[in-house]
Amino acid sequence: MPGFDFSNYNRNAALHARGVPLPKATSTGTTIVGCIYDGGVVIAADTRATSGPIVADKNCEKLHYIAPNIWCAGAGTAADTEFTTNLISSNLELHALSTGRKPRVVTCMTMLKQHLFRYQGYIGAYLVVAGVDPTGTHLFTVHAHGSTDKLPYVTMGSGSLAAMSVFETQWKPSLTQDEAVKLCADAIEAGIWNDLGSGSNVDVAIITAEKTTLRRNYIKPNERTQKLKSYVFPKGTTAVLNEKIIHKEDLSKFVSVHELTEESGDVMEVDA
Amino acid sequence: MANPFSINGGACVAMVGKDCVAIACDLRLGLQALTVSNNFPKVFQYGDSVFLGLTGLATDVSTVADLFRYKVNMYRLREERHIAPRTFANLVSTSLYERRFGSYFVSPVVAGLEPKTGAPFICGFDSIGCIDFAKDFIVSGTATEQLYGMCESLWEPNLGPDELFETISQALLSAVDRDALSGWGAHVYIIEKDKVTKRLLKGRQD
Repeated sequence: MPGFDFSNYNRNAALHARGVPLPKATSTGTTIVGCIYDGGVVIAADTRATSGPIVADKNCEKLHYIAPNIWCAGAGTAADTEFTTNLISSNLELHALSTGRKPRVVTCMTMLKQHLFRYQGYIGAYLVVAGVDPTGTHLFTVHAHGSTDKLPYVTMGSGSLAAMSVFETQWKPSLTQDEAVKLCADAIEAGIWNDLGSGSNVDVAIITAEKTTLRRNYIKPNERTQKLKSYVFPKGTTAVLNEKIIHKEDLSKFVSVHELTEESGDVMEVDA
Repeated sequence: MANPFSINGGACVAMVGKDCVAIACDLRLGLQALTVSNNFPKVFQYGDSVFLGLTGLATDVSTVADLFRYKVNMYRLREERHIAPRTFANLVSTSLYERRFGSYFVSPVVAGLEPKTGAPFICGFDSIGCIDFAKDFIVSGTATEQLYGMCESLWEPNLGPDELFETISQALLSAVDRDALSGWGAHVYIIEKDKVTKRLLKGRQD
Protein backbone atom coordinates (compact mmCIF):
# COMPACT_ATOMS: atom_id res chain seq x y z
CA MET A 1 0.00 0.00 0.00
CA PRO A 2 2.67 2.50 -0.97
CA GLY A 3 2.31 6.20 -1.65
CA PHE A 4 0.04 8.93 -0.39
CA ASP A 5 -3.74 9.10 -0.03
CA PHE A 6 -5.09 12.08 -1.97
CA SER A 7 -8.79 11.54 -1.15
CA ASN A 8 -9.04 14.81 0.82
CA TYR A 9 -6.99 16.72 -1.77
CA ASN A 10 -9.89 18.01 -3.87
CA ARG A 11 -11.80 19.18 -0.81
CA ASN A 12 -8.79 21.02 0.56
CA ALA A 13 -7.88 22.48 -2.87
CA ALA A 14 -11.46 23.75 -3.30
CA LEU A 15 -11.29 25.32 0.17
CA HIS A 16 -7.89 26.81 -0.65
CA ALA A 17 -9.28 28.28 -3.89
CA ARG A 18 -11.89 30.10 -1.78
CA GLY A 19 -9.19 31.69 0.32
CA VAL A 20 -8.72 29.14 3.12
CA PRO A 21 -5.10 29.19 4.24
CA LEU A 22 -3.06 25.97 4.11
CA PRO A 23 -2.60 24.22 7.46
CA LYS A 24 0.60 25.22 9.20
CA ALA A 25 2.81 22.21 9.77
CA THR A 26 5.44 21.95 12.47
CA SER A 27 8.66 23.07 10.92
CA THR A 28 12.12 22.70 12.28
CA GLY A 29 13.30 26.26 11.54
CA THR A 30 16.58 24.76 12.33
CA THR A 31 20.32 24.96 12.54
CA ILE A 32 22.00 21.72 11.41
CA VAL A 33 25.66 21.23 10.57
CA GLY A 34 28.18 18.55 9.62
CA CYS A 35 31.96 18.43 9.50
CA ILE A 36 34.48 15.82 8.36
CA TYR A 37 37.60 15.27 10.46
CA ASP A 38 40.54 12.86 10.31
CA GLY A 39 38.96 9.50 11.16
CA GLY A 40 35.26 10.25 10.90
CA VAL A 41 32.45 12.76 10.62
CA VAL A 42 30.43 14.82 13.12
CA ILE A 43 26.87 16.10 12.66
CA ALA A 44 25.02 18.37 15.08
CA ALA A 45 21.62 20.04 15.47
CA ASP A 46 19.68 22.35 17.76
CA THR A 47 16.47 21.06 19.40
CA ARG A 48 13.76 23.67 18.73
CA ALA A 49 10.63 22.88 16.69
CA THR A 50 8.37 25.77 15.73
CA SER A 51 4.82 26.26 14.44
CA GLY A 52 4.77 29.80 13.06
CA PRO A 53 6.12 32.00 15.86
CA ILE A 54 5.19 29.44 18.57
CA VAL A 55 7.83 27.09 19.99
CA ALA A 56 6.07 23.73 19.55
CA ASP A 57 8.78 21.51 21.10
CA LYS A 58 11.68 22.74 23.22
CA ASN A 59 13.69 19.55 23.03
CA CYS A 60 12.97 17.64 19.80
CA GLU A 61 15.35 15.21 18.08
CA LYS A 62 16.63 16.29 14.69
CA LEU A 63 19.36 13.65 14.33
CA HIS A 64 17.78 10.68 12.59
CA TYR A 65 19.02 7.10 12.41
CA ILE A 66 19.47 5.71 8.88
CA ALA A 67 21.85 2.80 9.50
CA PRO A 68 24.31 2.07 12.33
CA ASN A 69 27.04 3.89 10.36
CA ILE A 70 24.85 6.52 8.64
CA TRP A 71 22.97 9.33 10.38
CA CYS A 72 20.98 12.25 9.09
CA ALA A 73 20.21 15.76 10.40
CA GLY A 74 16.90 17.18 9.21
CA ALA A 75 15.54 20.70 8.62
CA GLY A 76 12.33 21.92 7.00
CA THR A 77 8.90 20.34 7.51
CA ALA A 78 9.32 18.17 10.62
CA ALA A 79 6.95 15.40 9.50
CA ASP A 80 8.69 15.16 6.11
CA THR A 81 12.21 14.81 7.59
CA GLU A 82 10.97 12.16 10.02
CA PHE A 83 9.10 10.03 7.50
CA THR A 84 11.55 10.45 4.63
CA THR A 85 14.52 9.33 6.77
CA ASN A 86 12.45 6.43 8.18
CA LEU A 87 11.47 5.28 4.68
CA ILE A 88 15.03 5.44 3.36
CA SER A 89 16.31 3.72 6.52
CA SER A 90 13.94 0.79 5.92
CA ASN A 91 14.77 0.51 2.21
CA LEU A 92 18.50 0.74 2.94
CA GLU A 93 18.21 -2.08 5.50
CA LEU A 94 16.45 -4.26 2.91
CA HIS A 95 19.13 -3.31 0.37
CA ALA A 96 21.91 -4.23 2.81
CA LEU A 97 20.21 -7.55 3.55
CA SER A 98 19.79 -8.46 -0.13
CA THR A 99 23.33 -7.47 -1.15
CA GLY A 100 24.95 -8.79 2.04
CA ARG A 101 27.05 -5.64 2.26
CA LYS A 102 27.18 -2.69 4.65
CA PRO A 103 25.09 0.20 3.33
CA ARG A 104 27.00 3.07 1.68
CA VAL A 105 26.43 6.76 2.28
CA VAL A 106 26.22 7.51 -1.47
CA THR A 107 23.49 4.86 -1.79
CA CYS A 108 21.54 6.54 1.00
CA MET A 109 22.07 9.99 -0.53
CA THR A 110 20.98 8.78 -3.99
CA MET A 111 17.84 7.12 -2.59
CA LEU A 112 16.97 10.33 -0.73
CA LYS A 113 17.51 12.63 -3.71
CA GLN A 114 15.56 10.39 -6.10
CA HIS A 115 12.66 10.22 -3.64
CA LEU A 116 12.67 13.99 -3.06
CA PHE A 117 13.11 14.86 -6.77
CA ARG A 118 10.10 12.66 -7.61
CA TYR A 119 7.98 14.88 -5.33
CA GLN A 120 9.33 18.11 -6.92
CA GLY A 121 10.08 19.83 -3.60
CA TYR A 122 6.60 19.31 -2.16
CA ILE A 123 8.16 17.00 0.45
CA GLY A 124 9.94 19.72 2.41
CA ALA A 125 12.92 17.76 3.75
CA TYR A 126 16.34 19.44 3.86
CA LEU A 127 18.94 16.98 5.09
CA VAL A 128 22.56 16.62 6.07
CA VAL A 129 23.64 13.03 5.42
CA ALA A 130 26.81 11.76 7.10
CA GLY A 131 28.43 8.39 7.55
CA VAL A 132 31.42 6.10 7.33
CA ASP A 133 31.31 3.06 5.01
CA PRO A 134 33.90 0.71 3.43
CA THR A 135 34.66 3.39 0.80
CA GLY A 136 35.49 6.06 3.39
CA THR A 137 34.01 9.00 5.28
CA HIS A 138 31.26 11.00 3.57
CA LEU A 139 29.24 14.17 4.16
CA PHE A 140 26.40 15.39 1.91
CA THR A 141 23.54 17.85 1.93
CA VAL A 142 20.25 16.99 0.18
CA HIS A 143 17.75 19.72 -0.68
CA ALA A 144 13.97 19.23 -0.95
CA HIS A 145 14.06 19.60 -4.75
CA GLY A 146 16.65 16.82 -5.06
CA SER A 147 19.94 18.64 -5.48
CA THR A 148 22.96 17.48 -3.48
CA ASP A 149 26.34 18.81 -2.37
CA LYS A 150 29.48 17.02 -1.21
CA LEU A 151 31.64 19.23 1.05
CA PRO A 152 34.03 18.95 4.03
CA TYR A 153 31.76 21.14 6.18
CA VAL A 154 28.08 21.96 5.66
CA THR A 155 25.23 23.88 7.31
CA MET A 156 21.48 23.94 6.64
CA GLY A 157 18.24 25.41 7.93
CA SER A 158 17.29 28.95 8.93
CA GLY A 159 20.40 29.19 11.13
CA SER A 160 22.71 28.04 8.33
CA LEU A 161 24.19 31.52 7.83
CA ALA A 162 25.04 31.95 11.52
CA ALA A 163 26.54 28.44 11.60
CA MET A 164 28.47 28.88 8.34
CA SER A 165 30.06 32.09 9.67
CA VAL A 166 31.63 29.98 12.42
CA PHE A 167 32.89 27.37 9.93
CA GLU A 168 34.26 30.00 7.55
CA THR A 169 36.27 31.71 10.31
CA GLN A 170 37.40 28.67 12.30
CA TRP A 171 37.52 25.62 10.01
CA LYS A 172 40.88 24.22 8.97
CA PRO A 173 41.87 21.03 7.13
CA SER A 174 42.68 17.89 9.17
CA LEU A 175 40.85 18.46 12.44
CA THR A 176 40.96 16.08 15.44
CA GLN A 177 37.73 14.56 16.73
CA ASP A 178 37.56 16.92 19.72
CA GLU A 179 38.22 19.94 17.49
CA ALA A 180 35.48 18.85 15.07
CA VAL A 181 32.93 18.31 17.86
CA LYS A 182 33.80 21.72 19.35
CA LEU A 183 33.52 23.40 15.94
CA CYS A 184 30.12 21.83 15.21
CA ALA A 185 28.79 22.62 18.70
CA ASP A 186 29.98 26.24 18.34
CA ALA A 187 28.29 26.49 14.94
CA ILE A 188 24.99 25.23 16.40
CA GLU A 189 25.30 27.63 19.31
CA ALA A 190 25.73 30.48 16.81
CA GLY A 191 22.36 29.41 15.39
CA ILE A 192 20.75 29.02 18.83
CA TRP A 193 21.68 32.54 19.91
CA ASN A 194 21.42 34.44 16.60
CA ASP A 195 18.58 32.69 14.72
CA LEU A 196 15.04 32.93 16.16
CA GLY A 197 14.02 29.67 14.45
CA SER A 198 16.68 27.75 16.39
CA GLY A 199 17.09 27.31 20.12
CA SER A 200 17.38 25.17 23.26
CA ASN A 201 20.08 22.46 23.25
CA VAL A 202 22.85 21.02 21.07
CA ASP A 203 22.69 17.38 19.90
CA VAL A 204 25.85 15.82 18.43
CA ALA A 205 26.50 12.53 16.62
CA ILE A 206 30.08 11.31 16.07
CA ILE A 207 30.48 8.63 13.39
CA THR A 208 33.70 6.65 13.01
CA ALA A 209 34.52 3.40 11.21
CA GLU A 210 34.21 1.56 14.53
CA LYS A 211 31.08 3.05 16.08
CA THR A 212 28.58 5.89 16.25
CA THR A 213 28.19 7.95 19.42
CA LEU A 214 25.00 9.99 19.81
CA ARG A 215 25.48 12.77 22.36
CA ARG A 216 21.88 13.84 23.02
CA ASN A 217 21.78 17.29 24.68
CA TYR A 218 25.60 17.61 24.48
CA ILE A 219 25.25 21.25 25.57
CA LYS A 220 22.27 22.58 27.53
CA PRO A 221 22.72 26.36 27.65
CA ASN A 222 19.03 27.16 28.10
CA GLU A 223 17.86 25.27 31.20
CA ARG A 224 14.83 26.74 32.97
CA THR A 225 15.62 27.91 36.48
CA GLN A 226 13.62 26.39 39.31
CA LYS A 227 10.43 28.32 40.06
CA LEU A 228 10.73 30.11 43.41
CA LYS A 229 7.06 29.63 44.23
CA SER A 230 4.71 26.68 43.76
CA TYR A 231 1.32 27.23 42.13
CA VAL A 232 -0.38 24.01 43.26
CA PHE A 233 -4.05 24.68 43.95
CA PRO A 234 -5.69 23.34 47.13
CA LYS A 235 -8.00 20.37 46.60
CA GLY A 236 -11.55 21.48 45.80
CA THR A 237 -10.57 24.67 43.94
CA THR A 238 -12.37 23.65 40.75
CA ALA A 239 -16.17 23.41 40.69
CA VAL A 240 -17.23 19.93 39.52
CA LEU A 241 -20.76 19.29 38.21
CA ASN A 242 -20.46 15.53 37.75
CA GLU A 243 -17.91 12.84 38.55
CA LYS A 244 -17.65 9.27 37.29
CA ILE A 245 -14.97 6.82 38.38
CA ILE A 246 -14.34 3.88 36.08
CA HIS A 247 -12.32 1.07 37.65
CA LYS A 248 -10.28 -1.13 35.38
CA GLU A 249 -12.22 -4.31 36.31
CA ASP A 250 -15.53 -2.60 35.40
CA LEU A 251 -14.17 -1.74 31.99
CA SER A 252 -13.91 -5.45 31.09
CA LYS A 253 -17.73 -5.61 31.10
CA PHE A 254 -17.65 -3.84 27.75
CA VAL A 255 -14.45 -5.08 26.14
CA SER A 256 -12.46 -8.02 27.44
CA VAL A 257 -9.13 -9.28 26.28
CA HIS A 258 -7.67 -11.86 28.66
CA GLU A 259 -4.03 -12.87 28.83
CA LEU A 260 -3.93 -16.68 28.61
CA THR A 261 -1.84 -18.55 31.16
CA GLU A 262 -0.32 -22.04 30.88
CA GLU A 263 -2.75 -23.47 33.52
CA SER A 264 -5.92 -22.26 31.86
CA GLY A 265 -5.46 -24.89 29.16
CA ASP A 266 -6.98 -22.65 26.51
CA VAL A 267 -3.64 -21.82 24.98
CA MET A 268 -3.79 -22.11 21.23
CA GLU A 269 -1.75 -24.95 19.82
CA VAL A 270 1.21 -23.75 17.85
CA ASP A 271 3.31 -25.85 15.52
CA ALA A 272 6.41 -27.02 17.31
CA MET B 1 -12.95 32.27 4.28
CA ALA B 2 -11.85 31.43 7.79
CA ASN B 3 -9.07 29.06 8.71
CA PRO B 4 -10.56 25.53 8.99
CA PHE B 5 -8.80 25.11 12.34
CA SER B 6 -10.78 27.99 13.85
CA ILE B 7 -14.28 27.63 12.31
CA ASN B 8 -15.70 25.40 15.05
CA GLY B 9 -13.38 26.34 17.93
CA GLY B 10 -12.26 24.14 20.79
CA ALA B 11 -9.34 23.44 23.08
CA CYS B 12 -7.57 20.38 24.42
CA VAL B 13 -4.72 19.85 26.89
CA ALA B 14 -2.86 16.85 28.34
CA MET B 15 -0.49 16.80 31.32
CA VAL B 16 1.87 14.37 32.99
CA GLY B 17 1.71 13.77 36.76
CA LYS B 18 3.26 11.32 39.20
CA ASP B 19 2.13 7.83 38.05
CA CYS B 20 -0.87 9.45 36.36
CA VAL B 21 -1.80 11.53 33.32
CA ALA B 22 -4.63 13.96 32.64
CA ILE B 23 -6.38 14.96 29.44
CA ALA B 24 -9.06 17.63 29.18
CA CYS B 25 -11.15 19.40 26.56
CA ASP B 26 -13.79 22.08 26.31
CA LEU B 27 -17.32 21.33 25.10
CA ARG B 28 -18.10 24.09 22.59
CA LEU B 29 -19.10 23.49 18.99
CA GLY B 30 -19.57 26.66 16.99
CA LEU B 31 -19.90 28.03 13.49
CA GLN B 32 -17.65 31.08 13.59
CA ALA B 33 -19.25 33.33 16.27
CA LEU B 34 -22.49 31.32 16.53
CA THR B 35 -22.46 28.59 19.19
CA VAL B 36 -24.31 25.51 17.96
CA SER B 37 -23.77 23.12 20.89
CA ASN B 38 -22.38 23.15 24.41
CA ASN B 39 -22.00 19.37 24.51
CA PHE B 40 -19.37 18.43 21.93
CA PRO B 41 -16.61 16.50 23.74
CA LYS B 42 -13.24 16.29 22.01
CA VAL B 43 -11.62 13.51 24.07
CA PHE B 44 -12.14 9.91 22.96
CA GLN B 45 -11.20 6.64 24.69
CA TYR B 46 -9.60 3.75 22.79
CA GLY B 47 -8.62 1.38 25.60
CA ASP B 48 -8.17 1.02 29.38
CA SER B 49 -5.80 3.97 29.41
CA VAL B 50 -5.47 5.21 25.85
CA PHE B 51 -7.09 8.59 25.19
CA LEU B 52 -7.14 10.80 22.11
CA GLY B 53 -8.01 14.49 22.12
CA LEU B 54 -8.96 16.04 18.78
CA THR B 55 -9.41 19.72 18.00
CA GLY B 56 -9.84 21.43 14.66
CA LEU B 57 -12.54 21.20 12.00
CA ALA B 58 -15.49 19.39 13.67
CA THR B 59 -16.34 17.27 10.61
CA ASP B 60 -12.77 15.98 10.59
CA VAL B 61 -12.76 15.53 14.39
CA SER B 62 -15.73 13.14 14.07
CA THR B 63 -14.32 11.42 10.97
CA VAL B 64 -10.88 10.89 12.49
CA ALA B 65 -12.31 9.74 15.85
CA ASP B 66 -14.39 7.09 14.04
CA LEU B 67 -11.48 6.14 11.77
CA PHE B 68 -9.31 5.39 14.79
CA ARG B 69 -12.11 3.48 16.51
CA TYR B 70 -12.17 1.24 13.41
CA LYS B 71 -8.38 0.94 13.26
CA VAL B 72 -8.03 0.18 16.99
CA ASN B 73 -10.80 -2.45 16.84
CA MET B 74 -9.05 -4.08 13.87
CA TYR B 75 -5.75 -3.99 15.77
CA ARG B 76 -7.39 -5.69 18.78
CA LEU B 77 -8.88 -8.44 16.60
CA ARG B 78 -5.63 -9.08 14.73
CA GLU B 79 -3.26 -8.88 17.70
CA GLU B 80 -5.63 -10.20 20.43
CA ARG B 81 -4.44 -7.51 22.85
CA HIS B 82 -5.15 -3.89 23.66
CA ILE B 83 -3.22 -1.17 21.90
CA ALA B 84 -0.55 0.64 23.94
CA PRO B 85 -0.47 4.46 23.95
CA ARG B 86 2.92 4.59 22.20
CA THR B 87 1.72 2.17 19.49
CA PHE B 88 -1.45 4.21 19.13
CA ALA B 89 0.62 7.40 18.77
CA ASN B 90 2.55 5.82 15.89
CA LEU B 91 -0.76 4.69 14.32
CA VAL B 92 -2.05 8.27 14.51
CA SER B 93 1.20 9.61 13.07
CA THR B 94 1.35 7.25 10.07
CA SER B 95 -2.39 7.60 9.38
CA LEU B 96 -2.10 11.40 9.23
CA TYR B 97 1.09 11.36 7.15
CA GLU B 98 -0.56 9.06 4.62
CA ARG B 99 -2.71 12.11 3.83
CA ARG B 100 0.30 14.43 3.62
CA PHE B 101 -1.10 16.18 0.54
CA GLY B 102 -4.76 16.27 1.57
CA SER B 103 -4.74 16.38 5.33
CA TYR B 104 -7.48 16.28 7.95
CA PHE B 105 -7.73 19.65 9.70
CA VAL B 106 -7.13 18.23 13.18
CA SER B 107 -4.50 18.64 15.91
CA PRO B 108 -4.50 15.38 17.91
CA VAL B 109 -3.25 14.79 21.46
CA VAL B 110 -2.61 11.31 22.90
CA ALA B 111 -2.50 10.55 26.64
CA GLY B 112 -2.25 7.27 28.53
CA LEU B 113 -0.21 4.98 30.74
CA GLU B 114 2.24 2.44 29.33
CA PRO B 115 0.64 -0.96 29.98
CA LYS B 116 3.75 -2.80 31.28
CA THR B 117 5.52 -0.11 33.30
CA GLY B 118 2.59 2.17 34.13
CA ALA B 119 4.74 5.12 33.06
CA PRO B 120 2.86 8.25 31.91
CA PHE B 121 2.82 8.91 28.17
CA ILE B 122 1.61 12.01 26.34
CA CYS B 123 2.30 13.37 22.89
CA GLY B 124 0.87 15.79 20.36
CA PHE B 125 0.81 15.98 16.57
CA ASP B 126 0.53 18.54 13.81
CA SER B 127 -2.09 17.90 11.11
CA ILE B 128 0.34 15.85 8.97
CA GLY B 129 1.51 13.52 11.73
CA CYS B 130 4.73 14.96 13.14
CA ILE B 131 4.91 13.71 16.74
CA ASP B 132 5.80 16.06 19.59
CA PHE B 133 6.93 13.88 22.52
CA ALA B 134 6.67 15.98 25.66
CA LYS B 135 7.63 15.25 29.24
CA ASP B 136 5.39 17.95 30.68
CA PHE B 137 2.25 18.94 28.75
CA ILE B 138 0.68 19.15 25.28
CA VAL B 139 -1.87 21.70 24.12
CA SER B 140 -4.01 22.06 20.99
CA GLY B 141 -6.94 24.01 19.58
CA THR B 142 -7.90 27.67 19.17
CA ALA B 143 -6.77 28.45 22.75
CA THR B 144 -3.26 27.06 22.10
CA GLU B 145 -1.46 30.30 22.91
CA GLN B 146 -3.42 30.87 26.13
CA LEU B 147 -2.88 27.23 27.15
CA TYR B 148 0.88 27.44 26.58
CA GLY B 149 1.01 30.43 28.90
CA MET B 150 -1.11 28.76 31.60
CA CYS B 151 0.67 25.40 31.47
CA GLU B 152 4.15 26.92 31.33
CA SER B 153 3.45 28.74 34.63
CA LEU B 154 1.12 26.32 36.51
CA TRP B 155 2.62 22.93 35.64
CA GLU B 156 5.30 21.39 37.81
CA PRO B 157 6.76 17.87 37.97
CA ASN B 158 5.41 15.04 40.17
CA LEU B 159 1.85 16.29 40.72
CA GLY B 160 -0.43 13.68 42.35
CA PRO B 161 -3.82 12.81 40.76
CA ASP B 162 -5.78 15.34 42.84
CA GLU B 163 -3.21 18.11 42.37
CA LEU B 164 -2.99 17.32 38.67
CA PHE B 165 -6.77 17.62 38.34
CA GLU B 166 -6.80 21.09 39.89
CA THR B 167 -3.81 22.22 37.80
CA ILE B 168 -5.14 21.00 34.43
CA SER B 169 -8.67 22.26 35.21
CA GLN B 170 -7.53 25.75 36.22
CA ALA B 171 -5.16 25.94 33.23
CA LEU B 172 -7.96 24.97 30.82
CA LEU B 173 -10.69 27.13 32.39
CA SER B 174 -8.46 30.22 32.53
CA ALA B 175 -7.26 29.68 28.96
CA VAL B 176 -10.71 29.21 27.39
CA ASP B 177 -12.06 32.28 29.24
CA ARG B 178 -9.64 34.31 27.09
CA ASP B 179 -10.64 32.54 23.85
CA ALA B 180 -13.99 33.48 22.35
CA LEU B 181 -14.16 30.26 20.33
CA SER B 182 -13.62 27.81 23.23
CA GLY B 183 -15.26 27.08 26.57
CA TRP B 184 -18.90 26.33 27.52
CA GLY B 185 -17.88 23.65 30.04
CA ALA B 186 -15.14 21.04 30.08
CA HIS B 187 -14.42 17.34 30.47
CA VAL B 188 -11.37 16.28 32.49
CA TYR B 189 -10.02 12.71 32.61
CA ILE B 190 -7.52 11.69 35.32
CA ILE B 191 -5.94 8.40 34.31
CA GLU B 192 -4.37 6.27 37.05
CA LYS B 193 -3.10 2.68 37.09
CA ASP B 194 -6.36 1.02 38.18
CA LYS B 195 -8.97 3.68 37.55
CA VAL B 196 -10.04 6.54 35.32
CA THR B 197 -11.91 9.51 36.79
CA LYS B 198 -14.02 11.59 34.42
CA ARG B 199 -15.24 14.94 35.67
CA LEU B 200 -17.57 17.51 34.12
CA LEU B 201 -16.49 21.05 34.98
CA LYS B 202 -18.64 24.10 35.49
CA GLY B 203 -17.52 26.74 33.02
CA ARG B 204 -18.77 30.09 31.81
CA GLN B 205 -21.63 29.88 29.30
CA ASP B 206 -20.86 33.06 27.38
